[in-house]
Amino acid sequence: MASYSTNEFRSGLKILIDKDPCVIVENEFVKPGKGQAFNRVRIRNLKTGRVVDKTFKSGDSVEAADVMDTDMQYLYSDGEFYHFMVPDTYEQHAADAVAVGEARQWLKEQDTCQVTLWNNTPLSVNPPNFVELKIVETDPGVRGDTAQGGVKPAKLETGAVVRVPLFVEEGEMVRVDTRSGEYVSRVKD
Amino acid sequence: MKPRSDDWRPSAGLDVLALRAALLGRLRGWFADHGVMEVETPALSAAAVTDPHIHSLETCLDRRPMYLQTSPEFFMKRLLAAGSGDIYQVCRVFRDGEQGRRHNPEFTMVEWYRRDLDVHSMMDEIESLLAVLGAGRRQPRPAERITYRDLCMEFTGIDPFVDGTAAIVARLNKAAVAVPDGLSADRDALLDLLLATVVEPAMPAEVPVFVFDFPASQAALARIRDGDPPVAERFELFLGGMELANGFHELRDVAEQAGRFERDLQRRREAGLKQPPVDHRLLAALDAGLPECAGVALGFDRLVMWLAGCDHIADVLSFDAGRA
Repeated sequence: MASYSTNEFRSGLKILIDKDPCVIVENEFVKPGKGQAFNRVRIRNLKTGRVVDKTFKSGDSVEAADVMDTDMQYLYSDGEFYHFMVPDTYEQHAADAVAVGEARQWLKEQDTCQVTLWNNTPLSVNPPNFVELKIVETDPGVRGDTAQGGVKPAKLETGAVVRVPLFVEEGEMVRVDTRSGEYVSRVKD
Repeated sequence: MKPRSDDWRPSAGLDVLALRAALLGRLRGWFADHGVMEVETPALSAAAVTDPHIHSLETCLDRRPMYLQTSPEFFMKRLLAAGSGDIYQVCRVFRDGEQGRRHNPEFTMVEWYRRDLDVHSMMDEIESLLAVLGAGRRQPRPAERITYRDLCMEFTGIDPFVDGTAAIVARLNKAAVAVPDGLSADRDALLDLLLATVVEPAMPAEVPVFVFDFPASQAALARIRDGDPPVAERFELFLGGMELANGFHELRDVAEQAGRFERDLQRRREAGLKQPPVDHRLLAALDAGLPECAGVALGFDRLVMWLAGCDHIADVLSFDAGRA
């Protein structure tokens, strides 16, 4: 496996620390006078999500992590795995529930997600920032209720539950921000 | 063809470039008033610095390896030995593997040598130069002077001459500084880390601090004064939490200098680093006789950073390494 020297450290670099794939979040070069130089680095473990600080002697090297972020289309789920496809190459990948994580509630067939591969295996899935999903279940709103700021829960076709304004009806398409899980707007056909 | 990005532009603002020009003018005027002659020495040399922590850039001239200077010191000492009198230089120096908020692989050094001055008179001189350069812009407060030992004690509670590696590691951990694996036995490296991560950031922003009487193990090319413990006649100037200058009472003893080069090479061997060619011409100049003198190397870009209130060296360089 390739390795990186501290000279090459920068935000976004994917490295292996204690066999776990990690990404450099912050990198600071420190060097007192004519002494030993160091790199003080903030690292996020891509498997556990934890952030740690590490100090490296300048000139030390670390193993590169074979981690790549690729855009893939969500195909379907067979109950155990979630299947994705790279559009240009038709290459397919199966992500388990752990890798899919929170994204599970936003996955809609044909949508493009960012899949992080580690050694060519899906490590995590990032849904698109915005998704358009159909409301499959919600209480009917009272006509003319646009003035009130009230909200009600609505279940979407993926199973996700979001709070929507009272005037939004069952069967309507809504736009949701996947990062906050919040309703953004209705989608007009 | 559409250009890829805006990186053809300079990294510093034009106002900062104007500041640099004004400062250089003042600097030259100050040296002229003090009878210090400007010199220019080669950027390329057949020899390179042996310090294990400084990495020279190598190039090829007529298929011979040549090294870009990391400091004009060796050439300037040869001039001094030839009877040049007091000299100064403003030049680019080059260092591999140094890049960050305060480091650019090439930067501008102001380096000068004064006969018959000791480190304390040199510090006086630098103070007066800072006042001239900062006038009308950002005036430094009166400088403080402190020994390396007192500095460590004050900011970290560690006695750099007495405390063992375990104590230094404990102090670093207390400051939430991760210690790299394999460093716990290297006392000097631990002290370096302590200085860079705990002491430097805590230094006052407006007060120049001169740190002198360095540990003998960090003497570089300074002479060592006997004592208990022996100390190096070396000082550093800190301002705004940055190391701005490094000064020595210069070592004149050729045998001692040759010995230090050898020890450096040995440390490089042990660390698996390249063995650069030793500067025999410098040794020959020392043999012919270097006058009693003190020398200073000042990082001009960092001084501009302080005067302009910038926190990244790219903001004071016409083009930082990323745009070169």
